[in-house]
Amino acid sequence: MIGRMLLLAGMLLTALPSHGQSVFAEYKFENAEQQSDFKELTAQLRCLVCQNQNIADSNAPLAQDLRREIHQMLTSGQTKHDVIDFMVQRYGEFVLYKPIMSLKTLALWFGPALFFIVGLIAIWRMTRRSAQVSVAEPDRHALAEARRLLDNTDSRDL
Amino acid sequence: MRFVIPLVIFAVIAAFLYSGLGRDPTEVPSPLIGKPAPEFTLPTLAAPEQQFSTSQMKGRVWLLNIWATWCAACRVEHPLLVELGRSGRVEIVGLNYKDNDTSAKQWLAELGDPYITTAVDTDGRVGIDWGFYGAPETFVIDKEGVVRLKHIGPVSPEDLATKILPLVDELQETS
Repeated sequence: MIGRMLLLAGMLLTALPSHGQSVFAEYKFENAEQQSDFKELTAQLRCLVCQNQNIADSNAPLAQDLRREIHQMLTSGQTKHDVIDFMVQRYGEFVLYKPIMSLKTLALWFGPALFFIVGLIAIWRMTRRSAQVSVAEPDRHALAEARRLLDNTDSRDL
Repeated sequence: MRFVIPLVIFAVIAAFLYSGLGRDPTEVPSPLIGKPAPEFTLPTLAAPEQQFSTSQMKGRVWLLNIWATWCAACRVEHPLLVELGRSGRVEIVGLNYKDNDTSAKQWLAELGDPYITTAVDTDGRVGIDWGFYGAPETFVIDKEGVVRLKHIGPVSPEDLATKILPLVDELQETS
């Protein structure tokens, strides 16, 4: 049993995407900072051909070209900011997995928090209402009726 | 009153979802619209020693069609482009993207050549400047050299009649 579990674990581990490493092995950098910038940029920029993959993970020819372009820009001394500007100028803000904060993206940035607050308020109001119902005075007539019934059964049983 | 709030929430969500139904998520709005067309100078397909430069097109309304022989959708729109090129209503420049010159020449010989010239973008670097990502793509550029429209995917007769040609005619009239 343990042997089989280990085998399974081993299979799962080797099945993990490994091309992430090959992408970086392909390129030479002058220093560690350039390499980490490259890693960061290719991870946060979207590949337009496959759209749900970033440039680091995608094997689309365009992603390969863009990796080459980003590598070239970084090794020629341009900053991360320059690379992001370059990409946005050509492909639009859509390439950014982390959108720019602007009037157009306000709903995107604060929408979830807004929904969360609205949800909290709704829950608070609902629980307050049901709490009020449970502590409400019982109906006096119903109480008297219940007492009468109880008294009757008592006398009959005895 | 009890039903008003859920009804309003439903209406808002329904409106958002409905507007999303008609959208194509693969079509990304181009940031190039209204901006000067990215300039390039590249060898031409017919004669590699000659160069095509975007500056040659100043003062003319033109289309840039990015295509490749490996692109199946390009074959779909090609007859329409041939027809448009023959009609003389607008000049079309081809940009042969990451392709093989021999197969590109063969394609034009077999299917017809709608382009006033075809520039060769072997490594796809010019394609990047134009924000190209889904072959084929067609751009409309005005006399000032400003990009006015980007069409992603094959041009259909309807796209041509309702989007591209009305714009081209309008741009041709302005001096």
